[in-house]
Amino acid sequence: MSDIDERPHAPTDPRLVRAGQDGSSAADPAEWTCPVPLADSAAVLMGHGGGGAMSAELVEQLFLPAFRSRDGETPVELADAAVLELCGSRIAFTTDSFVVRPLFFPGGSIGDLAVNGTVNDLAMVGARPWCLSTAFILEEGTDLAELRRVADALGTAARAAGVRLVTGDTKVVDAGHGDGIYVNTTGLGLVPDGVDYRPGRAGPGDVVIVSGEIGAHGVAVLSCREGLEFDTAVRSDTRPLHGLVAAMGRAGGDIHALRDPTRGGLAATLNEIARDASVGVDVRERDIPIAGPVADACSILGLDPFAIANEGVLVAMVAAEDADRVLDAMHAHPDGRDAAPIGEVTANNPGVVAARTGLGGERVIDLPTGTELPRIC
Amino acid sequence: MKYLEEFGDPALAGRLLEQIRATTTRPWAIMEVCGGQTHSLIRHGIDQLLPAGVEMIHGPGCPVCVTPLEIIDRALEIASRPGVIFCSFGDMLRVPGSGRDLFQVKSTGADVRVVYSPLDALTIARRNPEREVVFFGIGFETTAPANAMTVYQARRQGIRNFSLLVSHVLVPPAIAAIMESPTCRVQAFLAAGHVCSVMGTGQYPDLVRRYRVPIVVTGFEPLDLLEGIRRTVAQLEAGRHELDNAYPRAVPAEGNPAAVAMLREVFAVTDRSWRGIGMIPASGWRLADAYQDLDAELRFAVSDVHTAESTECRSGEVLQGLIKPHECAAFGGRCTPRTPLGATMVSAEGACAAYYRYRRLSPPTTSRPAWDATAPRTAHV
Repeated sequence: MSDIDERPHAPTDPRLVRAGQDGSSAADPAEWTCPVPLADSAAVLMGHGGGGAMSAELVEQLFLPAFRSRDGETPVELADAAVLELCGSRIAFTTDSFVVRPLFFPGGSIGDLAVNGTVNDLAMVGARPWCLSTAFILEEGTDLAELRRVADALGTAARAAGVRLVTGDTKVVDAGHGDGIYVNTTGLGLVPDGVDYRPGRAGPGDVVIVSGEIGAHGVAVLSCREGLEFDTAVRSDTRPLHGLVAAMGRAGGDIHALRDPTRGGLAATLNEIARDASVGVDVRERDIPIAGPVADACSILGLDPFAIANEGVLVAMVAAEDADRVLDAMHAHPDGRDAAPIGEVTANNPGVVAARTGLGGERVIDLPTGTELPRIC
Repeated sequence: MKYLEEFGDPALAGRLLEQIRATTTRPWAIMEVCGGQTHSLIRHGIDQLLPAGVEMIHGPGCPVCVTPLEIIDRALEIASRPGVIFCSFGDMLRVPGSGRDLFQVKSTGADVRVVYSPLDALTIARRNPEREVVFFGIGFETTAPANAMTVYQARRQGIRNFSLLVSHVLVPPAIAAIMESPTCRVQAFLAAGHVCSVMGTGQYPDLVRRYRVPIVVTGFEPLDLLEGIRRTVAQLEAGRHELDNAYPRAVPAEGNPAAVAMLREVFAVTDRSWRGIGMIPASGWRLADAYQDLDAELRFAVSDVHTAESTECRSGEVLQGLIKPHECAAFGGRCTPRTPLGATMVSAEGACAAYYRYRRLSPPTTSRPAWDATAPRTAHV
């Protein structure tokens, strides 16, 4: 144990101990990242939507207690999509809202995100995406030509992903009460027999694989944000990933968990898996693929590339003996050509993501607090 | 862009580390002045790779951390006023004032905007002539030239609805204050390379002579830091104390004369209170008399600010290198980046935040001699 662990004033406030962690003491470093009371703000802050610690806190402390069923259970296991039994089939069900600004950015648009984001949430539980709903919240005065471009982008992305848009809704809010165009999509998919991808299945020994270069989406959106325009060749990586996931499944290996590191980036995703599976994750910084222009932009802007949103990358936790087979399948697929093993799941330090630095030192990769890139997707 | 990967080359780093190991025969305590250097040391795990005898003490060079609570409370008060657009660099938004931070003020309807350059705030002022636009001008000699230029341009362009809330601080007086402290353990300094790229190195020979302390101008990438440490240890082992520039690719001896001229035009030296440390004479800049009509403190005449610093936070001792962040009882428990008690836990460059983010598994072992980390806070630095 490190001497930090033995500090005299371990948190004893019961609010500081995360619910659902069996038997772990509050002095466990794993307990330090999440356990923050909501009480210090009486209002919603931007960070509550950032996908980091504040978002998790809002879900765990405000929504889940309110949403408990009659028998006191939380609704379902938290994952990118819920998997529900229905008439003998397993249905994946998910929803996502898109408030990105600007609406069009290098490599994509809010329409692409609205399709691919929801398709990818379905894909991360191994589902074959089937159909989507689309709901628009429009601000009075929004240019119809712009709305048409968004709708076209959405339709094009849906056709490319092979999903149907089957129902929808439109609401208009007063000028000044929205931000042009907000989109919500809800998706349904079918989970094939034998497929069981859940963060909770990640276990010690698993190889951690990332499917491509990280950070492109966040940097692309930032590069054209008002007040921060900069020239870069970086384009958003937004793309549907269910084809890649299917190819990985066909490789026949034991894939334990899949996640797409969107808001909060790789750092948030790895921390969430570490927390949900009560495992440690050790990664090697030098093996994490980052395109040069993304690394440069992050360095200049003082951003951590591990905390930046992706829209076309997945993280897989795969049984060690099957990792090569799954990697080969990924490399053979156009969306996984740059896939790389970046580390291992361990039994050490449950809940903590540790990185071996490029120089050989060690550091923790923390759950981003939640405001690195507000409103990035 | 070049130079990022090259200056993190593991093979070259290994050779520099080997040279440092071969040179080190005794324990040494070296302070890296700048928070950017602290962040880089911890993020890359460099302090873990140094020989056991070489201890890095993290200095007060995080601008967010040392901005006095009173200024932050003034910022919160000004930002809350109707009609004000309050512009700031991003990392000031989460710095706690006495009761709240700028994010919370924003959530209650204040118009708080993150900008990446003070000139953006001037553009906002030009586009919103009916609003008062205030830029939060904090930082060391590094951020000051852009702020000076913004004030200068506001005057030239006749933009009357712009003002600057100034809390600039200066590195050389802080080095002197640290060396004057009776509890000082620092035997050498890595000077902040980017500060010197603006101001040059002319202010340091006097400090080197007066305190007989080696000062090595050092950059921020892993190899820059290791080279700075290598040269520092070499001086210490040889019993020398000299000014050395280990960052010549960015730092000419004369600095940036155009920037210095702009600073002299717009700012005047003033006494400045440093959060967690206290008053240091002649350690900051205020707007020069000719530009006082652009001073937000005067324009908004904020008077009834009652500051209330956390009694538990020991950031002052951290900023002076008297304790390491994890030696504070609140570290990681009641004080986290999400619920910071002090500014050193907020900024990415703050030592406490760096330890929290990167170093929870293996806190740096220190080789320092027996020394009381629980001594009461020193007020005289």
